[in-house]
Amino acid sequence: MHLNDPIFVQYFYWVQGIFTGDWGIALFTQRNVLLDVQEFLPSTVELIAVAAIIDLLIAVPLGLVAGRYANSAVDNGVRILSYIGIAIPSFVVAVLLQISLGYGTHLFPIIGRLSQTTAPPPTITGLYTIDSLLTGNFGAFGDALWHLVLPAFALALGPIAQEARIMRSAVVENLHSDYTLSEISHGLPERTIALKYLMKPSLIPTITIYALDISAQIGNAFLIELIFNWPGFSRYGLNAMLSKDLNAIVAVVLVAGIMFAVANILVDLVVGYLDPRIRLRGRSGE
Amino acid sequence: MPLLEVKDLRVNYRVYEGTLKVLNGVNISLEKGEKVGIIGESACGKTTTVKSVMRLLASNAKIAGGEVRYAGEDVLTMAKGRLRDLRRKKMSMIFQDPSAALNPVFTIRQQLYDIIKFSADTRLSKEETHEGALKYLKEAALPEPERILDSYPFQLSGGMKQRVSIAMALVSANELLIADEPGTSLDVTIEDQIMRLLKKIVEEKEISVILITHALGTVKNFVDRIYVMYAGTIVEEGPTKEVFNNPQHPYTQMLIKAVPKLTGGGVPEGILGQVPSYLTPPSGCRFVTRCPYRMEVCDQVPRMYKAGTDQKAACFLYDEGHRSK
Repeated sequence: MHLNDPIFVQYFYWVQGIFTGDWGIALFTQRNVLLDVQEFLPSTVELIAVAAIIDLLIAVPLGLVAGRYANSAVDNGVRILSYIGIAIPSFVVAVLLQISLGYGTHLFPIIGRLSQTTAPPPTITGLYTIDSLLTGNFGAFGDALWHLVLPAFALALGPIAQEARIMRSAVVENLHSDYTLSEISHGLPERTIALKYLMKPSLIPTITIYALDISAQIGNAFLIELIFNWPGFSRYGLNAMLSKDLNAIVAVVLVAGIMFAVANILVDLVVGYLDPRIRLRGRSGE
Repeated sequence: MPLLEVKDLRVNYRVYEGTLKVLNGVNISLEKGEKVGIIGESACGKTTTVKSVMRLLASNAKIAGGEVRYAGEDVLTMAKGRLRDLRRKKMSMIFQDPSAALNPVFTIRQQLYDIIKFSADTRLSKEETHEGALKYLKEAALPEPERILDSYPFQLSGGMKQRVSIAMALVSANELLIADEPGTSLDVTIEDQIMRLLKKIVEEKEISVILITHALGTVKNFVDRIYVMYAGTIVEEGPTKEVFNNPQHPYTQMLIKAVPKLTGGGVPEGILGQVPSYLTPPSGCRFVTRCPYRMEVCDQVPRMYKAGTDQKAACFLYDEGHRSK
C-alpha cells in the first residue's frame, strides 16, 4: 500500500495504477474499481445522452418560437413552463412522472433499464440501446428506449427550461439586429430567416450553456437513478460516499471530471463550427 | 402617379414612460428615377420614416395614421405576400453600419446566393446564381469576387462590407433604394468613394433613391430634392440647391449655419435649446421652443406654405395672413 512513502510518491503510484488498470479495490463490491466503472458507467452515459438529446430537441424549438414571437401568448406560455421547469427539482419531477405516466396510466415503466421479460443484449458498449441495435434486436431496443423516457425526461427538464430561456433571449436580440432587418428588406422568406439566419447565431450562447448543463448531469443523476432504480454510475458513487469507500469515490470523481472535460471540448468544437469568428480569428492572427 | 407617396404619416412608439409621438404627419413623395434626401439631426424620425415605408418598424411602434403608397398600392395594409414581392423585386434598404447589417456567422456567398435565389421568380441553377452574385459584386466595384464570396463579414473592411451591402440591396432594389446613412460609420475618404459609387449605380440603373443623412455635405452632391425633418415633422422641402443656398424655414437656416466651413470663420453657432421630448411634444409647430421668430399662431400646426423660389416650408412666416406681423 506504500503507506510509508511520501504523499507525492503515493500519488505517483496512484497515477501509474490508473494508467495500468489498477484502480484499487472497492470495499463495497470487493473488486477492482475499474470493473465497477465498466459495469455502471454505460447505463449512466446512456441516460445522460438521451436526456441531452431530449433537451436539445425540445429547448431549441421552444426558444426559437418564443423568441420569434416574443411577448405573444406562445412566448408567455413558454416563459411559465420554463419557470416551472427551473423551479421544480428534478427528483420531484421524477416522482410526479412516475405517479402520473407510470403508476397512474401505465404508459411507461417505473423502474429499471429493461422489462423483466426482456433479455439484456450482449454487452458490446454497455449501452443497451446501441447494443441491441448492433445485434439487430429491435424488441430490446424499443424496450430499453421505453424505459429511458421517464428518467431522461426528468433529468432533462431543468436544462430544457434554462436553454429555452437562453435561446429565446438570443433570438430576440438577433431579431432586432440590423442584419435581420436587412434580410427582411431583401425579401427573404420568413422561414429561411427564422430557421437559418436567426437559428445559427442564436445557437452559440445556447450551446455553451447546454455544455455546462450536460456536464453537470452526472451529479444530477444521483437522485434520478435512485428514484428509478437505475443501476448507474451516479448511484454507485452515492453508495460509495455513504460507505466512505475511498477508492470508489476517487474513481467517480475522476470519471466525472473526464466527462466534464470531454463535454466541454466537444462543445468548443461545435461552437467553433457555428461561429466563424472563433474558428478563424486565431488562425489569421487578427 | 408618384412612385412613392407618404401621406400624413403618424407613428407612435409605446415605451415604459408612455407613448412617444414620433412622426407627426410626414408627407414625402418621390417620382420614378428621382433622388431625394432626408436631412435632420439624430432622432428626428428619419429612420422611422423609411422603416415605415419598408414596413420594418419594431413591434412597439404603431402607425397612428396616414398612408404609404408605392405605385398607388397601400404598403401599410397590403398582404404579407405582396409586401414580400415588393421587397424581393422592387425596393430594398442599405443600413448605416455595415458591420451590423451582415449576418456575422454566414459567408457572403451564403447570404448573397440566398438573396438572389429568393428574388428570382424561376428556380435558378447553381451557375446562374453564381453568375448573378458575380454581376452584383462587380456592380458594387468589389475586386476579387471569389475571395469576397468565401469571406465572413468580419474578414472584410468597413468599406468592403458596405459595398457588399450595396450589392445585396441591388439584387432587389430595382425601383427604389433606401439608404440610411450609408457612409456615416465609414471614414470620410471611404464614405466619399461609397457615395460616388452609389450615385453612379443608381443613375445608370435609373433607381429612385431616398438618402438619409445628417452629413449635409454628402447629400448636397447626391440628391435632386431635399426634405428637412425636425422632431418628426417635415419642416422644409425643395430642390437641393435652393434649400442650401436660400433656406426658408428658421430651423433649416440655423441648421445650415451650424455646419463648420473649411474656409474658416471660427466655430459656427449651434442651435440653442434642445429637441422637444416626444412624450409631450408642443401641440403646434414642434420647433416653437427654439424658434427666434415664434408668434402666437405657432401653437397651431402649420401646413406647408410656398416659400422662397421653389420651396415649401411648414412655417407661419410664409402664411400671407401672418407675414405682415
